[in-house]
Amino acid sequence: MKVAEPAAVAVAYNEIKSRAESRWRELANGDKPVIMVGTATCGRAAGALQVLKTLRNEVKKHNLDCPVVEVGCMGHCHAEPIVMIKKPGYPFISYGYVNPVVAERLVKEFLLGDDPCLESVLGALEENDLVPSLADFPRAVYEKKIILQNCGQIDPTDIDHYVARDGYAALARVLQMPPDDDVINEVKKSGLRGRGGAGFPAGQKWHACRSTPPGPRYIICNGDEGDPGAFMDRAILESDPHSVIEGMIIAGYAIGASYGYIYVRAEYPLAVARLEIALRQARKLNLLGKNILGSGFSFHIRLFQGSGAFVCGEATALAASIEGKPGTPRPKPPRMTTEGLFGRPTVVNNVKTLAFVPPIIRNGAAWFTSIGTKDSPGTAVFALAGKIANTGLVEVPMGTTLRQVIFDVGGGIPKGKKFKAVQIGGPSGGCLPESALDLPIDFDSLQDAGAMMGSGGMVVLDEDDCMVEIARYFLEFTQRESCGKCTFCRLGTKQMLAILDDITLGQGKEGDIDTLLQLAEDVKLGSLCGLGKTAPNPVLTTLRYFKDEYEAHITEGRCPALMCRELIAYYILPDKCERSCDACVGTCTVEAITPNKKRIKVIDQEKCVKCNTCLVACPPQYNAVIKLSPPSEVPAAK
Amino acid sequence: MKTVSLTIDGRKIIAEEGTKLLWVALDNGIYIPNLCAIRSSPEPAAACRLCFVEVAGKEAPVTACTETVAEGMVVNTRGKKALRLARSAFELLMASHPVDCAGCPANRSCELQKISGHLKVKLKTKRLRTLLRELPIDDSHPLFTYDPNKCVLCGRCLWVCRQQLGIGVLGFAHRGFQRVVTTFADEPLGQSRCQECGDCIAVCPTGALSFKDSAKPAARAVKI
Ligand SMILES: Cc1cc2nc3c(=O)[nH]c(=O)nc-3n(C[C@H](O)[C@H](O)[C@H](O)COP(=O)(O)O)c2cc1C
Ligand code: SF4
Ligand code: SF4
Ligand code: FES
Repeated sequence: MKVAEPAAVAVAYNEIKSRAESRWRELANGDKPVIMVGTATCGRAAGALQVLKTLRNEVKKHNLDCPVVEVGCMGHCHAEPIVMIKKPGYPFISYGYVNPVVAERLVKEFLLGDDPCLESVLGALEENDLVPSLADFPRAVYEKKIILQNCGQIDPTDIDHYVARDGYAALARVLQMPPDDDVINEVKKSGLRGRGGAGFPAGQKWHACRSTPPGPRYIICNGDEGDPGAFMDRAILESDPHSVIEGMIIAGYAIGASYGYIYVRAEYPLAVARLEIALRQARKLNLLGKNILGSGFSFHIRLFQGSGAFVCGEATALAASIEGKPGTPRPKPPRMTTEGLFGRPTVVNNVKTLAFVPPIIRNGAAWFTSIGTKDSPGTAVFALAGKIANTGLVEVPMGTTLRQVIFDVGGGIPKGKKFKAVQIGGPSGGCLPESALDLPIDFDSLQDAGAMMGSGGMVVLDEDDCMVEIARYFLEFTQRESCGKCTFCRLGTKQMLAILDDITLGQGKEGDIDTLLQLAEDVKLGSLCGLGKTAPNPVLTTLRYFKDEYEAHITEGRCPALMCRELIAYYILPDKCERSCDACVGTCTVEAITPNKKRIKVIDQEKCVKCNTCLVACPPQYNAVIKLSPPSEVPAAK
Repeated sequence: MKTVSLTIDGRKIIAEEGTKLLWVALDNGIYIPNLCAIRSSPEPAAACRLCFVEVAGKEAPVTACTETVAEGMVVNTRGKKALRLARSAFELLMASHPVDCAGCPANRSCELQKISGHLKVKLKTKRLRTLLRELPIDDSHPLFTYDPNKCVLCGRCLWVCRQQLGIGVLGFAHRGFQRVVTTFADEPLGQSRCQECGDCIAVCPTGALSFKDSAKPAARAVKI
């Protein structure tokens, strides 16, 4: 490789940067209003494209000179579709739950008139005297955005937006450093740990790869994201693809690779489309490709669309899949860093890990280590789901407690229900109870508690969730996703699932808990790859923290959460049933409910199929329909 | 030849550097249960999970088929933790295996019987639920029968078939519990490109691949 020419790189970058900045200034601080619409997958699911269309139509209809820009996901997924408006003379305001009617009003009342439609405001994006800003929300105290910083704030299909916000500055800086260990040392000093689940130090991995004998090396960005409920990587790829691309090019420079692959699941078509655009634009500005910014360093990136099998996210299976072989894991060692893709040294990093690289280079390792905890520096990104008010993406410093994330950032449990557990790390993670809520979140403390960071799914469970059923649900997922190569995972998870099926169906036997525990331990220790090794975690943690629920199912035929259908019965409380009401009678699909002589409604347990309709139909002022477990709790008819 | 010296179950053994522990043990008459290991294959499949042993200094048991011998290595093939894993894996295989030794062509030459004896684990497990796949038996070939229910997915037949034919007739299909050995496009064996060498039957450790009685030729040793 030619020796870098620092000055030439700086000149080339500054030229790109100043043009981007002037375009951005014109958009953000010009004398025209601007409308931004979040059209990532979460926004689209809520109807963002409809809103976008309405806004564009209205703007056109009224001949307004106002660009309508698509941006990504800003994390408030519960409030999608989200629209942001910057009108000269007003603060930058975001609106939530926007539908076409609201969209039309925003144009007519706010852009054409002076009414900022306060009733639809989510919050302002900057301090002002008119509307409360998002930064004043209680959750903002705990949030710290590093890799979500641009998400929802820029147009992911316009590279200038990224560049204007210091994008590719880190790359330009790195290209001016000699291609030896400086870059790797900075990443090592930052203590950055892999965000794909295991938390392996990124710098160490890069170093191992770089230390191999000369020859082709590869870098792979792992965007397989197969955990049900996880969508952090998708959001980043859709909302800020250049941050990942820049991180990859820097990694390529650091380890001496000329080729990189981005592995995205084919179920993420929007991420694929936006990555394609981003790659094209980066090539056009010579930020990617041959002789990047005149530095002499060349780097090429290819997109690879995976079939979306969960196990293909495992590094060795991922490489096999790119090579066109069946996506099954192989035993390690040899490690990927010595024998990876096409048998060559390869670094596999998660989307988020790579997205952290540019800010670390820009701000320095010391900045990064000042955030988070000593052994887990930086921030953690979670996808909040389940029984929680603010579903969506959050980014908090490592070391924040689970309680803060769930109650302060996530807004707690809706409907006044009681918190029961939180499943962290998806099907490879574990279920932690109330007593673990004050645990600071980092790689090691979660591991000690039996869960794991995983890829960042966080499902909150309340009193209505049966822990045996939750364990069964997650195990069913891993069992289905097992590649079937090794005995423990193929047959062990199948046996465990059979036991859990039986327990939730009320057919659990004495000894089942012991067998389940033994199998779980053996599958964890004996499986070939990480899928099998982590599959028992939901079972092991629920057995550790909620064993009494398992026992209640087996010995009493009782589901304490009243969730397992075979173990519950519906019952109408005679003294609560209102004689004149027959809301439930007509809704019952199998005609199991009839009024008795006193016009009190009674459920025929033989006919009842436990569909829950009557419980929903009974008016809240009566609340006469309840669930009982075990079914023998139902008083005999008089 | 560069050698290393190691200890297996208290015996001092000299072995060629770079060899996998499983082969060193077997070559020295120390049996370690195994099904999926193939000496001539460049990469161990490490799929059956029966060959667990304990190596001094390592906290968790390791699979002997993937562990390269090293100077001074101290190996215990009878450690408690290793045996627990091997037994558990074997029980799992047997819980999904139709046990009918009396009516099985592999009776007395079956490696499952041998492993059962070695590990002192009954062929019929009581601890686990019986979970059979109940797949149809392929009787289409004039010379042999394939009963996928008895297959333990060791991969030996695939390997010899590929050695014989370049591109093999047999392969793995499906995922998870549904994983099976089958022919390309799932066609019956009788209609496949099979060249009738019979090597797959010779290497099959179970009664999954067997000669039809009338056709039984002299048993042929196939080394893999
Ligand atoms: C079954 C299984 C699935 C995995 N899925 C993913 C995934 O979807 N994304 C990911 O980045 N890592 C996944 N991993 C972890 C990868 O093997 C690998 O450790 C990771 O991509 C390394 O990147 P990091 O060091 O940046 O975390 C998975 C591992 C296993 C065992
Ligand atoms: S642990 Fe599961 S996914 Fe991994 S190799 Fe074994 S069977 Fe396949
Ligand atoms: S048929 Fe026999 S040799 Fe082939 S994989 Fe099954 S058990 Fe192994
Ligand atoms: S022989 Fe080692 S795992 Fe099968």
